[in-house]
This record gives sequence, structure tokens and C-alpha cells, in this order.
Amino acid sequence: MSDSVLRVSDLDVDLHLGGKRVRAVAGVGLEIRRGETFALLGESGCGKSMTALALMRLLPDVAGIAGGQVRLDDEDILQRPEALMRELRGRRMAMIFQEPMLSLNPVMTIGDQIGEVLTGHLGLSGAAARTRTIELLTAVGIADPQRRIREYPFQLSGGMKQRVMIAMALAGEPELLIADEPTTALDVTIQAQVLDLLRRLQAERGMSLLLITHDLGVVANMAHQVAVMYAGQVVESGSCEQVLQRPRHPYTRLLLTALPEITGSNQQLATIPGQVPPLDGGIAGCRFAPRCAWVRDDCRSRAPVWQGELRDGVRCPHVAELAPLPEQLREPMARPLHVGPPLLQVQDVQVHFPIRAGLLQRQVGAVKAVDGVNLAIAAGQTLALVGESGCGKTTVGKAIVRLNRLTAGDIRYAGQPWASLDGEALRRQRSQVQIVFQDPYASLDPRMRVADILMEGMASLGVGGSSAERLARVDRLLDQVGLPAAARWRYPHEFSGGQRQRIAIARALAVEPKLIVCDEPTSALDVSVQAQILNLLRDLQTELGVAYLLISHNLSVVEYLAHEVAVMYLGRIVEQGEAKAVLKRPQHPYTQALLSAIPRVDVARQPQRIQLNGELPSPADPPTGCHFNPRCAHADRLCRQEYPPVTVADGREVRCHHIVQTGGAYVPAPLKPVLGGDDAISKLPQGPA
Amino acid sequence: MSAFLGFKPALLWTDALLLLLVVAVLLVVRHIRRHEHLAAPWRKVALSRAGMVSATVLMVFATIGLLDSMHYRPELPREPGAPAGAVRYAVEMRSLLDHLLDPLPVQVETSYSAPLATQAFNKTSMESDSGTVRDYPRLKFGGAHLSDSNTQWATDISARVLRGTLWGLATGLAILLFAAFVRGPAQALSRLFRWLVGNGDDAVHCVAWTVLALSVLGGAVATLAQGYHVFGTDKVGQDVLYQILKSIRTALVIGTLTTLVTLPIGVVLGIAAGYFRGWIDDVIQYLYTTLNSIPGVLLIAAAVLMTQVFMDTHPEAFETVTERADFRLLFLCLILGITSWTGLARLLRGETLKLRELEYVQAAQAFGVSSAAIIGRHIVPNVMHIILISLVMDFSGLVLAEAVLSYVGVGVDPSMISFGTMINSARLEMAREPMVWWALAAAFVVMFVLVLAANLFADAVRDALDPRTRVRGVA
Repeated sequence: MSDSVLRVSDLDVDLHLGGKRVRAVAGVGLEIRRGETFALLGESGCGKSMTALALMRLLPDVAGIAGGQVRLDDEDILQRPEALMRELRGRRMAMIFQEPMLSLNPVMTIGDQIGEVLTGHLGLSGAAARTRTIELLTAVGIADPQRRIREYPFQLSGGMKQRVMIAMALAGEPELLIADEPTTALDVTIQAQVLDLLRRLQAERGMSLLLITHDLGVVANMAHQVAVMYAGQVVESGSCEQVLQRPRHPYTRLLLTALPEITGSNQQLATIPGQVPPLDGGIAGCRFAPRCAWVRDDCRSRAPVWQGELRDGVRCPHVAELAPLPEQLREPMARPLHVGPPLLQVQDVQVHFPIRAGLLQRQVGAVKAVDGVNLAIAAGQTLALVGESGCGKTTVGKAIVRLNRLTAGDIRYAGQPWASLDGEALRRQRSQVQIVFQDPYASLDPRMRVADILMEGMASLGVGGSSAERLARVDRLLDQVGLPAAARWRYPHEFSGGQRQRIAIARALAVEPKLIVCDEPTSALDVSVQAQILNLLRDLQTELGVAYLLISHNLSVVEYLAHEVAVMYLGRIVEQGEAKAVLKRPQHPYTQALLSAIPRVDVARQPQRIQLNGELPSPADPPTGCHFNPRCAHADRLCRQEYPPVTVADGREVRCHHIVQTGGAYVPAPLKPVLGGDDAISKLPQGPA
Repeated sequence: MSAFLGFKPALLWTDALLLLLVVAVLLVVRHIRRHEHLAAPWRKVALSRAGMVSATVLMVFATIGLLDSMHYRPELPREPGAPAGAVRYAVEMRSLLDHLLDPLPVQVETSYSAPLATQAFNKTSMESDSGTVRDYPRLKFGGAHLSDSNTQWATDISARVLRGTLWGLATGLAILLFAAFVRGPAQALSRLFRWLVGNGDDAVHCVAWTVLALSVLGGAVATLAQGYHVFGTDKVGQDVLYQILKSIRTALVIGTLTTLVTLPIGVVLGIAAGYFRGWIDDVIQYLYTTLNSIPGVLLIAAAVLMTQVFMDTHPEAFETVTERADFRLLFLCLILGITSWTGLARLLRGETLKLRELEYVQAAQAFGVSSAAIIGRHIVPNVMHIILISLVMDFSGLVLAEAVLSYVGVGVDPSMISFGTMINSARLEMAREPMVWWALAAAFVVMFVLVLAANLFADAVRDALDPRTRVRGVA
């Protein structure tokens, strides 16, 4: 047992909510060994964060540990007096949280915040603390640490803040680092940097890492050992390979088949019907039984006991007898059609937001959120707009729905002017293009009932006839998105996230649009719920022939839904073409880096990571030349001077100086790392515009 | 008809507006009760002990204030020789409260007397059989029923307190029984029993005991007031208890009617500034920044003086003294409202700036819903909690503001009884030796209880309505 750092047995955590006692964590057992990355995997509300907080004894006031043991090197830390816990926290166990913006004190410099830990736990102060702080910042990959230690959190980007948080956690040289969704708030390329950093630090220091996450890709890329949580219990535990390649518990199996990445775009995604049961007592049998595809009679009456070892077991007595899930094939995705004029055409669109300063609020500059974008969406098909946050993809979507003003350029809908429509003419046409937003909690007015929400658009745009007919239409819409008709007189707060997103989709459908802009429709949802929404979106497209502009940073979602993909970087589209081609054989260095940064569940399919340096530059002050040149390994003098023209290669449009015009045939891109060699410019093939 | 009644109902401006407010509140309550999502937070208020106890106390104040807002003019006894049909009414207006308190308003002594005293506070020269004696004269009304005040006083007081307590207890129990009966005729008694012995956490239990305590207090004061001046008398011999009860209406009028002025201005300008932004926002911000920079007292003093001049030059517009005082009170509410909407507007502007970026507002914009409809349907309902919280919190501030303004002399009409005028007339007496403390102390205590109850209630409302203090349930 000497190589075990932390051993948790039968941990119970109770939540006290309004007089009700909810057992958020029930009998959790874990063992984390020295130098290993242990992933605690689960969807929101399964109790994984509660478990982590209980290990640190940092539970909020409404929660309390009701039983169990947490042994850190054979000492049960639940027996420690609170005063002695402080020696432990930060010293032997440290924690980093999801939101780096909220975890740092905004009025203290970085140096002081790390120095505080050093003084408290190691007794370092003055020059010694300063030297150590600089060492730590260097270790977490922060450039120019001498200058950074005097800076305040607001001067750092999100990724840098998370690095500083990691440095703070490392300051006490802990044996165990607990990372609670450390990269969920970050972009994929930044996430890749932070995960690399964690992996490197963990290997260098022989530290144990408890990684809490909902992202199966992150688990696959990071973890040695995995425990899957469902409704407050660990349902399966085993090595990473075992759990992800040969899942045993029905929940894990379904979770993996719910991933579009695993299932592939020619199949219906597996969905887990229903939702996590309320935990306020009264669960007689297996907690997963109501949603299980293999459920038997005894599952509902008898609570399953843990089968197997602590580190290799499953909470289901029937694992040996489970038949494989039948594959539900669906129509393969049609090839993109461009017959006749596109449904919607975006031409050289710019959206600039003025920056004003001074007494008279004179314009001193502009945030070029969208800076010359061309898109064409075919009727009944899906165009995905992909990019990291801040690249302007949402602004394009809102411009198409006419929610913000174009600075320049033109949008045409079915060949007719669209961007120049105004007043009553615009109102008459608004039903053609609708939008579904990202956050199902913010996109429905909490004070309106579902029927009122769905009828708002119909009433405003005069769709759907009399009010009785509209009400009938509400029932039809609810049926279409898979909600019972009884839902119409209820309020949004009575629905779960996935159900709310269904309502939001029904609201957009209510006015019979030909095009729906889906702005990150699943990024706020859990994997199993995401699968339901993706299935729904595809079914609706088949059924109604509606076109989607899918805005997303999740490339497996894009792969599942999109016919075409446009990759956006800093207000411009850098690569655009058929989805399969772009995602399988990316040409632009940014697309390549983006694709390689996404952690895949199927580790064998993980491309070689292309490390991107730095972060997205400010759209108020884009770099000269190619916008991507400061982060690009191939950049040379031409890239720093001129914005690349469009090159047609391998059936898609790419904006890169280093791509050869091929006229359709696939030629491997002639990209070689050019390290500081400005002479490379002479060897470049000059692509005509 | 009025001849048959023996009085003529009179509706002052403030009475009408107060009634309007009560009707509006009742309508809102009905609306809230019908909508589950609106009623839910109020149920949380109903679970808060401090909130419900303070609400009970506020209800007592409100009842007194409303009784004092039903005005009428009594019929004068017919003059001999007057024609049969001619009925004349008194110039003096009386309220239902005056009627209930009879004969308290007319039991006027000559000057100061201490609480529960039987003799005046000052010595006067009195003619007696043995010539002129300088002594404390017996009061005309206070303890007048005692033949020997020195020996009987203590027993009489204790007997009255005991009697009053019993009366109060009986009344309190009757009220509770009635309430229990209204909740459901079956098992009314056992429900009443549960209310009284329930555990300490239960808000209903606390309310039940508050009702009992207030009834006992009311009963004791009422029995004492029948024979004594419970809080003494002031310089002109008026009963301080009566003055305090009359002050409550003034305070309530100022605290509530002012919001009738602030509400439309604050809500419209605040939401318009936040929703439309641009030049509309600039103009509105400029307006309230400027208004905030003008010392409020100066503005109020100027406005009140203007009213005074208007009233002096148009005496024909006012039939009675009460109407004059009422007009000035109304105008004070108006001017207080005009100077105090800025806080609400600023709060609402900030919240609207946040809300207008929310996705459901954008979804409505994508449907081409007009700005007015978006504001009415999406913005106003979602800032309602801010409006309510700031209304309840402003109430206590306005009650205090009235006291200060009347003290300075730019508040209500001197003929109108208010906490401010009471304090104003009591301030010089603080310097007397021995001190006349009771008028000031009584005004202070009652105002303190009123404001404290309002503040505690505001706290409970804020806790329940403010989404930041709400815990999002496990999804």
C-alpha cells in the first residue's frame, strides 16, 4: 500500500437544500497512486466536484461529510482538527479550479499571491521567495517572469491565469494536485497547452494528479486510471485503456456511443433517455436503471454492489451478459450541393465595433470582429463556422440574423438583398432566418411560459394564423422537438438544460425559417444530452429541409452535422471547403493546429500535436501580413508583410502563402517548419489570387 | 343621503391616491397569486420569521394610517330658525380614526403634563378657600375620575393595565381564531393551538405571538388612555398619544405616495437609458447627474415655498384647513419624488444594460418584436424584483426624510401632525429643567419601530427576490 497517496473509502457527502437532505456523494471509494494521473469522469451534477471538495474539506456550508474515510498516507484527514487542515491544504494537497478569472485575487500582484503560499508553507520570504516564484513561473511556461510577478491578474489572458494558478498550486510542492475541470473555460489550443503543461509537471515531479473532468477526450489523453461517476456513485473504475476501449458499465458504454467522434456521422448517436434522478432519498435499485438500455427487473429493486477490485471494478451485476447495442444507421451525409444560387450569400462582410475614447468620445480605433468574410450556404445543408472564442464567428452569425450592423459588405438571401432590408421589409423577411443560442439558461425568458415563448415569434411575424391555430402549432412543434404537449403551460425553470435547448429550437422553428443559425447549440450541455440535440438537429434537417449555419468550436460536433466547414481566425476565414476534406486533410497551418489540439477519445486517431505559441491577438490590432503569422511555425517575411490571397487547393479555399494551387487534386501540403529563415521566401510557390 | 348619515364623506387628494395604491397592491397580489413563478419567492418571504413579524407590525401601522385616511365632515347641530332642508357641516374634517379615538382629540389640558400624570407639569396660582396657592393643578382629564390622586393612582393604573391586558389577550385570541377559521373552518381550534405552541422556527408561530403581544399592548394602552394621557401632553395640552397616531398617516403617505412619483420616472427613464443607449442614455444620464448635484433640501425648500405662495394667493381653492395642509403634503410627496428617482433609474439602467444583451432579448429582436413589446414583455418583468426591493427600502428613507424636512421647516404644513413637527416643537423643551422628554421620546420610539419594521421587511423581501441570493436547484 506504500505507493498509494490517497485512499478514499465509503465517502458520503450530504447536501442540505431547503430542509431536504440530498446525498450528493454516496459511498465513493478511490485509490490514487504516487505519480499517477487519476481521472474522475462524470457529467454535471454527478458529484465529482463535491468529492474533490470533500477531499480538501472545503465543502460549502450547505454540504457536509456524512461518513467515510479519506486516508492521505495512512492518516485519515477527516479526523484532523480544522486548524491542522491548513498545513495540509496547499502543502500536501493543492487544488486548481475551473475559472482562473475567479480564483485569483484581482488586487494582488501575481508575485504576491504566489509568495503568500511560499511564506505560509515553506517559510520563504524576501529574495528567496522571489527567486522561487520566478522559478515556478518559468516552470509553468510563462515568458518573462521577472516582469510578470509585478503584474495583476487583469493584465494576463485566461490561459496565463490558469498557468499562474498551477504555479500557485505547485508552490507548496504538493504530493497530490486536484484539478477540477482545469481547461473547461479555455479554448482548445490553450487547453492543449495547459494539458501538456500538467502532463509534463506531473512526470517531472512524480506528483499525483486527480483530474476531474466531463471531457472523455481529455481523459483519454491524460489519465492512467479512471473512475466514472454517476448520480453520486462510482459506477466503473479501471485503467484508462480498459474503461475507454472496453467499457463495462451500461452508463460508460452509452456515454461513449453518444460521442459523435466514436459513432461517426452515418449513425444515429446513442442517447441516454431521461436525466439523472433526484438524489433526495428513495432510490431503491440501481441509480442508472431508469435510463439503462439493458435494464432488468431486479435492477429496479436491488441496489447493485461493487464487483471486483477497488481500482478495477464495476457497479453492475450484469456486465457479463450485456448484448452489444444495435447500430442505428442513418442516411449518409450528402455531398455539398451548389446548384443554382445559394440560399444565403455573405460577401466581404465586415463588422467593426468602434473604440471610443476621450471627453468627446471620438473614435480612436475599431475592434475588427469580422473583417471581410465570404460564405455561401446551400438550401437544406449545414455550413459549420469553426474557430476559437474571439475569432468573430458569433458576430458573423448575428450579422446574418440582422442582430448587428454591417460595417461593409453585403448579404444576399435567395438572390435578394438582405443586409440592406429595413423596417417593415425586414420584419416581413425575418421569419426566413432564425437563431438558436448557446446557453439554454439565458436564451429563454424565465417569466414566460413555453407556449408564450413559442408564440412570441409567430405573433410578431404573423405566422400561423389565428391564436387557436397557433396553439395547435405549438403542440406540433413540441412534438417535433420531442417534448410532451403538457409542457406548453410550464415555465422554463422546470426543464433541464437539454429540454430547454429543445424549446429554443422549437422557438426558432415556429416561424418556419429556411435557415437557422445555431450558435454553439450543444456546448453548454452534457455529452449524453448533446447527442440528443445533435440527433434532433439532423432529423429536423431531413424532415424540414432547413439549412444550418453551425457555429462551433467542437470539431466532432461539426464532423457529425456539417456538409461544409469554414475555419475562422481573427475575423477572417482561413480555410473553407467540404467538411470531410477539411477535417481529414487540413491545409492551413491554423486548421492543422486546431485539429491536432482537440483531445480525442480514440488516442490512435490523435494527430501529432502542433504546438501553437501564444494566444489569439487582439482583433483591435491584428498583426500585419497574415493574421496567423506570430503563432505559425511556417511564417516567413512574406507572411509578415502581406495577407495571403485565396488559393484553391484540394477542392477548398485556403488563405496561406504556402499552399500550392492544385485545381482540385489532392497534393500534400508542402509545409516544412521554417525556423526564422526569411530566405525561404524565394522558394515559395506564388499562388495567384 | 349625507343628511341621513349625519356626516358628509370628504375625499382628500392623498386619501384618493392612498386608496388607489391599496387597490393597486391588491391587484398585484392577486396577479402574483395566480402565477406560480411569481408566488414562489413570496412564499420564501412568508417563511422568514423577521420578515413576517415586521410585516405584522407594518400591517398595524397601515391599518391605523388607512383608518386615518377616511375623512368626513360631521353635521353641525341645526341652528334655530334655519330652513328645514339646510344642513351645515363642520369646517373641521375628521377621520374614522378620530371617531374611534373620541374623546381623545378634544381632551385638551392647559399645558404640559407628564405621562400618566394626574397633575400639570407647571405650578400655577390657584384660588382656594385659604387664598391664592401656587401648586400643581389637577388635570382636567388625566386621572380626573380619581378623588384622591395620591392614594388611588397606583391601584387604578395597575387595575387598568390588568384589565387592558386581559381585554387585549381576548381580542388577540379572537383575531387568531378568526384567522384560523378563515384558513379552514374544520379544525380551526387545533390549528390555533398549533400556531401558538409550534416550534420556534415557524414563521406562523412568531406571527401569532406578535399578534398577541400587539393586542395586549394595544389593550393596555387603550384602557389607560380612557383615563389618562398615556404619553403626556404637549405645550398646548394636546395628548401626545393622539399626535403619534395621527403622525403615522403622514409618514405612510410620504413613504408610499412619493413612490407613485418616483416609480414612473425612474422605471421609464432607467429602462429607456439602458435599452436604447446612445444619445438617449447620454441625455438621461446627464439629467440625473445634474439633478443629483443640486442640494435636495434647497430644491425642496424652494418648491414648498412656491406652494405656500400659491396657497396664500388662492385661498378660495381650499375649503378647509385640512385641505390646505393636505395639498402641501401632496406637493411635498411630488417634490420628494422628483428629487429621489435617480437611484432607482441608475439601478434599472445597469440591469437593463445587462438584460438587453441576454439571448432571449436577442431572440425576440430576431423575431422583429418591437422595442416597446420587448421592454414590456422581457425587460420589465425581469427587473421587477429590483423595483420592489428599492420601493420597500426607500420607504424607511422617506419616512426619515419627512421628519428632517419638517424639523427644518420645509416639510409638511405646521397644522398637520407629523413626526417631524412633533420633534420640531419638542426640541426647545429638551432644554427645560426639569426636561420635557415624553413628546420627543414617544415620537422617536414609534418612528423607530416603524422604520425598523420596514427595514427588516425590506431585508426579507430582498433575500427572497434577489436572484443572487437564490440557490439554483440541482438540475
